[in-house]
Amino acid sequence: MTDNILTQSEMEDFRSIAGAMIPGSVEFRVPGADDPAIFADIVRSIGRDFSDVRASLAAIAAIAGGTLAGMDEARREAAAETFRARHPGLATTLGRVVLQCYYRDDRVVRSLGLEPRPPFPKGHTLEQGDWSLLDPVRTRPKMWREAP
Amino acid sequence: MNEKVDVLIVGSGASGAAVAWSLADTKMRILCLEQGDWMKQSDYPSNGRDWEARLYDDFSTSPNRRGRPTDYPIDDSNSPIKVVNFNGVGGSTIMYTAHYPRLHPSDFRVKSLDGVAEDWPVDYATLEPFFAENDRMTGVSGLAGDPAYPPKTSPMPPLPLGKSGTRFAHAMNRLGWHWWPSDTAVATTEYDGRAPCINLGHCTPACAQGAKASTDITYWPHAIRAGVELWTRCRVKEILTNEHGMASGVVYFDPDGVEQFQPAEVVIMACNGVGTPRLLLNSVSSRFPNGLANSSGLVGKNLMFHPYAQIFGYVDEPLDSNRAPPLCLWSHEFYETDPSRDFVRGYIYQFGRGIGPVTEAIFSAADGRLPWGKGHHATMRKLVGRRIGMSAICEDLPEEHNRVTLSRDLKDSHGIPAPKIDYTLSENSLRMMDHGIARAKEILAEAGATNIGVQSPILNGGWHLLGTARMGTDPERSVVNEWGRSHDVKNLFIVDGSIFVTSGGVNPTSTIQALALYIADSIKQRLANLFD
Repeated sequence: MTDNILTQSEMEDFRSIAGAMIPGSVEFRVPGADDPAIFADIVRSIGRDFSDVRASLAAIAAIAGGTLAGMDEARREAAAETFRARHPGLATTLGRVVLQCYYRDDRVVRSLGLEPRPPFPKGHTLEQGDWSLLDPVRTRPKMWREAP
Repeated sequence: MNEKVDVLIVGSGASGAAVAWSLADTKMRILCLEQGDWMKQSDYPSNGRDWEARLYDDFSTSPNRRGRPTDYPIDDSNSPIKVVNFNGVGGSTIMYTAHYPRLHPSDFRVKSLDGVAEDWPVDYATLEPFFAENDRMTGVSGLAGDPAYPPKTSPMPPLPLGKSGTRFAHAMNRLGWHWWPSDTAVATTEYDGRAPCINLGHCTPACAQGAKASTDITYWPHAIRAGVELWTRCRVKEILTNEHGMASGVVYFDPDGVEQFQPAEVVIMACNGVGTPRLLLNSVSSRFPNGLANSSGLVGKNLMFHPYAQIFGYVDEPLDSNRAPPLCLWSHEFYETDPSRDFVRGYIYQFGRGIGPVTEAIFSAADGRLPWGKGHHATMRKLVGRRIGMSAICEDLPEEHNRVTLSRDLKDSHGIPAPKIDYTLSENSLRMMDHGIARAKEILAEAGATNIGVQSPILNGGWHLLGTARMGTDPERSVVNEWGRSHDVKNLFIVDGSIFVTSGGVNPTSTIQALALYIADSIKQRLANLFD
């Protein structure tokens, strides 16, 4: 074990908890956060949150009384919810590490009706709007105060 | 030893760039030392698929989180509002949202009008030509005719209303409350070599299009062409003084980490309301045992942030979300003091268009609005693209106990003591924020939003760093005089947000830069007897 690489056991637990956070959905036609490609992106992107992720996994393992891998779905979800309630700060960080990768996956982005691409260089089109909406504001008397 | 320069500017951000450009026409030898790097638009987050995630990484607004080699740490553990900034050529204009209101005329006369704090030694009329010059150099988009301000014009038309702005406009009209398209430092047409905005929507962590007016692409190209030198990766440690009590130059670490001395006839501080007092307090000598320019004891005191109350909700249709510059409108309805309220002074609203899917998911999961597990996907689809909201930017009145000092333990990578922030929200601010939240809920209800959320104050909301070396005519009650010169050290000037006497209730960059241009002009008018 090194300081910045998760152990096999931690990886398995992390994948389980990621799947509990965001399960796949047939209805919405999206994979879960434990999808191989998404989870690989998550692990690759832990970066400066590594110590918090490791602490989160240790806390979850303590709550579950052992490894999450192989645990049935109901117990896994219960462990996740207990972790979220007991360790809100760590849960926020762990959630962010998962969410920031999940919601950039092509399949997930498309399922939200969005284009899977960076903003630049294509940008977006914005409607100008109806500037006559300003007419009642234009007729207001001055609002600023004269200063001596 | 380095050759002596006529003018040495410390910091290349909003004010440093403006003062450098303005002084360039004197043909003096001007050098700016910047601790950060030149930035490249091709490196900015909007170029990649991880564009939102980088807000939590190398483009975090927090220097403590970002932790670039060019950043310095800040101990803000004793403050409910954390400092955010950026260190590089352009300073925090690299990572601002480019909302660009001016202070109001009344902001310069708060004591006379409202009996609080102090009047400024300058007024709106004095600064007005410098506001206009700065708008032209910066490239501001906006619309003339706003009843909240004395008459003014902008070089470019305003940002489009879009769906989000239109929804707010209808709501504000039904309530009979003021709104207007914001003055924004974003090019809506081609301007001075800059491309127009194409709605990347991710303005805060730097603009890959170059439409947002950060000073690395506005003032600096002009200043450098006029002969100003700008050295990067040069971190200033302290200002030295000579036997006459005048600044003789600065000690800095060069890009190789080697300590150097740069002599100068004039030193100008442009390091923001935290960086400037930090450097002054680190410049201790037998003649100035409490730090440089600190005979008043006010260096570092009266720190003002602008407490932000953020209020948002969700509507039943997709709006502009992240697909446009995040801010579009302002309201000054509650800006001027109203004796019927339980607070003095006031605030503006800045109306936002929305946020991207990653940011929505992270914020909503942290708030408990977005569940883990089975309900996740259905809930997310009711949130993404449907957020609409605003922030009340509240005037923060000066209080000496809100201050910047030096940390005893924390140091930057060069061993220079880091700044320490001690700050509490005043009762006046808390009441003002409550008022802003209550009125915002009325606006959101009128706009058809439900599922209302509030963050007050915004934790990582210390964008505006003001008041820690304020200007004034009384050397016992101020650090610099009415044209930015230190009362104590007559060749030392400060041009950044430190010199604000009060904060107003608007984003300060426009006023910071107008003040920098005014001080540069004052220097030029007095070159023959600058140190008298």
